[in-house]
Amino acid sequence: MDTVDKIGYEAVIGLEVHAQLQTQSKMFCGCGIVFGAAPNSLTCPVCLGHPGALPVLNRRAVEYAVKMILAVGGEVRKHSIFARKNYFYPDLPKGYQISQYDSPIGLGGSIQIELPEYSRDIELIGIHLEEDAGKSIHPEGGEGETKIDLNRCGVPLLEIVTRPDIRSPQEAHRFLSKLKLIMQYLKICSGDMEKGALRCDANISLRRRGEKSFGTRTELKNLNSFRAVERALAYEIKRHAAILDAGGKVIQETLLWNDDDQKSEAMRGKEESEDYRYFPEPDLIPIKLEQSWIDEIKSDQPELPDARRERLAKEYDITSYDAGVLTGSNELADYFEAVAAQVEDTKRVANWLMVDVLREIHERKLEVGEFFITPNMLAELLCSLESDIISGKMAKEIFREMAASGKSAGAIIEEQDLRQISDSTKLTAVIEEIITQEAIQVQKYREGKRQLFDFFVGQVMKATSGKANPEMVNKLLKEKLDG
Amino acid sequence: MMIKDYRELTAAEIVRRIRAGQLKAVDLAETALQLADSEGRRLNAVITLCHQKAISQAEQIDQKVASGNELPLLAGVPVIVKDNIVYSGYPTTCGSRILENYISPYDATCIKKLEEAGAVIIAKANMDEFAMGSSNENSAFGPVKNPVRDDLVPGGSSGGSAAVVAAGIVPIAYGSDTGGSVRQPAALCGVVGLKPTYGAVSRYGLIAFASSTDQIGPLARNVADCALAYEAIAGFDPNDSTSAEFDHPPYSKSIEKLSTKKPRIGIPLEYVSEGIDDEVRTMIDKTIEKVDAAGYEIEKISLPHTEYAVSAYYMIANAEASANLARYDGVRYGRSAGREQGLDTMYSETRSEGFGTEVKRRIMLGTFALSAGYYENYYRKAQKVRELIKIDFDKAFDSVDLILAPTSPTAAFGVGEKSGDPLQMYLSDILTVPANLAGIPAMSIPCDRTADGRPIGLQIMAPAFGEKKLLTVAGQIEQMIGYNYA
Ligand SMILES: [Zn+2]
Repeated sequence: MDTVDKIGYEAVIGLEVHAQLQTQSKMFCGCGIVFGAAPNSLTCPVCLGHPGALPVLNRRAVEYAVKMILAVGGEVRKHSIFARKNYFYPDLPKGYQISQYDSPIGLGGSIQIELPEYSRDIELIGIHLEEDAGKSIHPEGGEGETKIDLNRCGVPLLEIVTRPDIRSPQEAHRFLSKLKLIMQYLKICSGDMEKGALRCDANISLRRRGEKSFGTRTELKNLNSFRAVERALAYEIKRHAAILDAGGKVIQETLLWNDDDQKSEAMRGKEESEDYRYFPEPDLIPIKLEQSWIDEIKSDQPELPDARRERLAKEYDITSYDAGVLTGSNELADYFEAVAAQVEDTKRVANWLMVDVLREIHERKLEVGEFFITPNMLAELLCSLESDIISGKMAKEIFREMAASGKSAGAIIEEQDLRQISDSTKLTAVIEEIITQEAIQVQKYREGKRQLFDFFVGQVMKATSGKANPEMVNKLLKEKLDG
Repeated sequence: MMIKDYRELTAAEIVRRIRAGQLKAVDLAETALQLADSEGRRLNAVITLCHQKAISQAEQIDQKVASGNELPLLAGVPVIVKDNIVYSGYPTTCGSRILENYISPYDATCIKKLEEAGAVIIAKANMDEFAMGSSNENSAFGPVKNPVRDDLVPGGSSGGSAAVVAAGIVPIAYGSDTGGSVRQPAALCGVVGLKPTYGAVSRYGLIAFASSTDQIGPLARNVADCALAYEAIAGFDPNDSTSAEFDHPPYSKSIEKLSTKKPRIGIPLEYVSEGIDDEVRTMIDKTIEKVDAAGYEIEKISLPHTEYAVSAYYMIANAEASANLARYDGVRYGRSAGREQGLDTMYSETRSEGFGTEVKRRIMLGTFALSAGYYENYYRKAQKVRELIKIDFDKAFDSVDLILAPTSPTAAFGVGEKSGDPLQMYLSDILTVPANLAGIPAMSIPCDRTADGRPIGLQIMAPAFGEKKLLTVAGQIEQMIGYNYA
């Protein structure tokens, strides 16, 4: 981005995202959807495109589309139609894909993205429903043989298209993360790019800063991770800039991103200028939506990431940044709220989650929902800390022990007799004994060697096997030595 | 055991005799199978005999009779279905080389309904390839002969279905009507044919030609049997999104009751103008006179957009067909050629070898109509014409109950007479396509013969879901005409 800034170009980026909807069955037939099932085991005459078979729309897919459109503040169109997109490909059994064209279910909407220095809205052109195609597999050593798995064929997809509003690869990355997050909150898509549940194509052009018209764009395909999207766009920006600097012209074309070699390659073949001959799908009637049904979906919408972040920041008195991290998944935010409800110091809860809990979860490669230290267990630990039963240092140790053994904080404290000594009579007795024993050091301290204070703290801790309440030790020691 | 007077039996009479224990369904099935194999083959009207399943369906009926169980609507009635209705266990060719050995993994809803109704499915009828044709000369399995005279075409595309009924091989057959493919062969062979309201009969399992106008319809030797045959297959089907949730009265019973009020009949000017054979026009006029004499109110009406119907129809039907036939690519089922030479070769060889000339022509025309730069001028314009044609009918049905017209501009023509001139052939559909574009029900009943003995069909059209009125009045007119089927 820096290089581009220096030369005075602005990147103009648009994304086209395909998200697989997590419905029980496919979009137009009763076949189930299971990732990794035996090839072609989830098929029927409808999704295999057998003669005479007809599609029947899965109402749930429409509901999910409406949820998404509402979540991004788009217009849910009460009358929309399906269209056939015609092209030949072996993994497309009917020779056309049932999609939406000039009458999609959703129009407009926007998604807010946050970057370290600023946040802004990315506008959407629209959202539409379509069916997925199957997968062509080229087995290694298969001598050019192609195998086809049609399990994925007919899985409902949402196509989400942005305006060319995105200005940097980082923004593109943020957009995709946010989109994924919203869909996870809505429970309509896993957002897993590796499994193909979320797919992204990008188009990009450069123009001189301040210019209104667009430059020639290229399209990028085969972007299989958020990182790949970012890297491919950065690569294209450099490539375009170099061409333009040399006085050349960017060729409008579709490129495949090669993430191994970190470069884009021209796509061979004819897919460039294909005429899809869209026309209204005569086998399906228009999707007609009742306002009451839309209202019902609206009232069932969960709290979305932006709203939850704002509420958490306000309600628990934490920074917007912290709230952003904690709302990074619905489960993490749920975890936070469950602990915070039981603990006085909510900022401390936020810190514990962001540092200790997330560390353990990442190290163990778990999902938040799978973490065995439940919110109640963490709350117990933090309450023990709050009521001075244990010290902060001990709390960290106990947490590690909990993560290792799965035991509760209470059990560990009891078993190892870790209860902090906060009894001032007891502590005073210990301190007095040390002052007597270490008369010479006391003398030196009182003569001005103040740094010896830590030595006395250490002696008290040693004598109490580290269980002395550190704050009280400090206070009592000061009284005895200085007083 | 062969049944002697089988060829004269109506479906209603067969059901009556089965109920009375006077006929065995298995004997009927064997008689029909044998006729289909002899006379059916001679006419080239059947592609596949469904011997094994037919016998077992018939045995089930006989067992039901023996155990005194209640019998369904078409108990023991032998029927033949057009070979574009999928029937598991037997090839469904659609009259095409590309599906020559294709066996469907499932049954069409229409087949399921026929089985529930106790019908015995004897054979799959020959047809124009992918239902594209008006003479049955486009079948990959050869042309069908008209039972009236061997040198005449039976009409199309349900020529096989019309021929087997006209020849007395079965009392009921099923065809499909996209632009007239049930009514026109019914007219040319001298039988009754009904194209139901779009959405009245499930299209699930009917191999698509033009999805927005395709409808399965029955053919029979009289209106009462046609009503019976229609009743068996009509009704909402959750597997077909375009099927309508609509109350279907028992048509076969309702036609027996004469309505007290005489219906108002409209005669559209545009259907009796130029392009209609003189003999046809004369016979239709004579029939209208009879109807008039019976006290029906006759009114001249206008359906002003009729002249654009054929072009609009071919534009829309071919566009839909170009997409519907894309699935025959050699990848998953049916004919596959050139697999070793790569994808493009496989596509082109499979489709060049598999499709006949007329099918290729229509795929090309349809593809063109949908192409960038042409869509607005062709497909979109055709859809607008379609709307205008619908409005024409809506207006007409404001003042009349039914519309009478010829079914076909000519009686049956000779084999080879029009096959070299596709445009001339397309004009055969001029009187039938408007009902398909408007989605309304229409039927053809035989009304007379030309001097040289070729049957002439009278077309009756009704408003959407007006089948009850349509069948009732058709039954009344049938009585006035007194057509001799023999
Ligand atoms: Zn399926």
